[in-house]
Amino acid sequence: MTKLFELHDVAKRFQRGKESITIFDGLSLGIEEGDFVAIMGPSGSGKTTLLNLLGGVDQPSAGEIRFAGSRIDSLSETGLAAWRAANVGFIFQFYNLMPMLSAERNVELPLLLTSLSRARRRQSVEAALKLVGLEDRARHLPKELSGGQQQRVAIARAVVSDPKLLLCDEPTGDLDRATADEILKMLSLLNNEFGKTIVMVTHDPEAAKYAKRVLHLDKGRFAGEELAA
Amino acid sequence: MSELHLIWRNLVRRKLRFALTLFAIFIAFLIFGVLGGVRTALQSGVDLMADNRLVTVNKINFTQPLPISYLNKVRAIDGVQVASHSGWFGAYVRDSRNVIVAFAIEPESYLQVYGDEIRLDPAQREAFLRNRQGMIAGEALAKAQGWKLGDRIPVQSNIFSRSDGSTTWEMVVEGIFRGKEESSDTRRMYFHYDYLNESRAIGKDFTGIIVFNTVNPARNETIARQIDALFANSFYETQTDTAKAFNKAFIAQLGNIAMIITSVVSAAFFTILLIVGNTMMLAIRERTTEIAVMKTLGFRSERIFRMVLAESMFLSLLGGLLGIAAALMAVAGLHKALAGVLPDLSLGPAVIAQALAIMLALGLVTGLLPAFAAMRLNIVTALGRN
Repeated sequence: MTKLFELHDVAKRFQRGKESITIFDGLSLGIEEGDFVAIMGPSGSGKTTLLNLLGGVDQPSAGEIRFAGSRIDSLSETGLAAWRAANVGFIFQFYNLMPMLSAERNVELPLLLTSLSRARRRQSVEAALKLVGLEDRARHLPKELSGGQQQRVAIARAVVSDPKLLLCDEPTGDLDRATADEILKMLSLLNNEFGKTIVMVTHDPEAAKYAKRVLHLDKGRFAGEELAA
Repeated sequence: MSELHLIWRNLVRRKLRFALTLFAIFIAFLIFGVLGGVRTALQSGVDLMADNRLVTVNKINFTQPLPISYLNKVRAIDGVQVASHSGWFGAYVRDSRNVIVAFAIEPESYLQVYGDEIRLDPAQREAFLRNRQGMIAGEALAKAQGWKLGDRIPVQSNIFSRSDGSTTWEMVVEGIFRGKEESSDTRRMYFHYDYLNESRAIGKDFTGIIVFNTVNPARNETIARQIDALFANSFYETQTDTAKAFNKAFIAQLGNIAMIITSVVSAAFFTILLIVGNTMMLAIRERTTEIAVMKTLGFRSERIFRMVLAESMFLSLLGGLLGIAAALMAVAGLHKALAGVLPDLSLGPAVIAQALAIMLALGLVTGLLPAFAAMRLNIVTALGRN
């Protein structure tokens, strides 16, 4: 397998007033293409910050981040926006759908950043909604959908532009066990059948079982790694 | 889905707020349109006046009288073509609330001065000149009062009384005149000065204003100076000006219309600016997470800026255009109702162009700050708040 992500000696520091807070210092990590990585750890361990760095929504204070061999840590804000649009699908804990748009419009949103025709966009949206089993709910507003259905719409939105990487921040944190399992099975499917590389931050050991690899983060350092049985 | 659809959905997501904000902008531009039309009408009425017409009034104020003897002295000035005079009668018919615009005039000379603006059938003109109790009424006035030729009208004055104590002068409708244009103001009447003067108890041998045409507008200033010099240091000093300037001054007596209009419109727009600006800031504030998500998906900051700005521009233009459309209808309706008072009332292209410029400026001013805030929004901070 080829490396999709490579982090070398990454540091992340914040300035809070006069105090300098270090989240990571000298963090290194490799993620291979097609991997499904779960990142676990206590609150404040740096899980979400790591996810933000991998997603290009935040930049390291030091070190290198390479995606498919190219450095993304030195990209401008505009460059990062274009990179995210082309390569990353995001799934959030609270779904973060646009409340005034129907499910199909929400899924179509990332395609506004492409040069696809209206007809092609429609095809892609239909395919994505079908993949998550919500083709009959296409015209519904988020408030008319259950939490699990909203998260499935969010997954459809994340995959509609066919990115290589899916970043999931506590994707089942707001769902009951049964619905959470449905969502996790869907992520597994996307990983196994569609070859999506998935990095998932979670507190939930049950959710982590769906991953191929579990990384434990504590105080900005990797404290251990488990491989799926 | 297009970007426009996204902007529109954001705009109408809170329907009541959207409707109220739109309504506020709508009202502001309705006021702007109607008042702009009124301002234009007031201005154009003055502009239509003949350039060679001058008016001599009492220097204290045009409501103060002038001796009738001044008329012949004015006529004697070189360059005065034809001169006449008129006096305000303070007329009403039957009920003191039924006020009539009526002037006591010297008929022959007055109709010469205003030959172009008081259009009268020759036979009616002759009948009016012959009958000292005769009067001529404008078409609009005659229609409003139901007067016909030959009717005898008891016209009362709230200024003058007769020697016998009565305040009524009986007059005969000898003519019904039209204006220069279809839309000209004809809600007024004229009658013989002599008929009034011979029987009134007070104000005998006085008139209101002297009006005259000069042979050449280029000589207006010289003639005006000459007349005022002639009556300088007398008990009734005069001020002579062009009829245009006189009318402007008359309008100024009612108040500085332009300033009132500007003040009203400015106050309205300042309020709207605060309302729309506040609404837009609130709208963006409550969408912090959504904007952060859009940025996360790959929407560039510049594009977010453009979309938020487009939202406020769209709101301003929509409300403004609806307001101006309503103003067009209102002005069309008022044009009929106020044909006598403001015959040139209309919403011209200049006012519409001004309104468009204000709409764009309003959209820009109210949208810039929230658009800038949205553009600067930090994804990590915004999502961290969630």
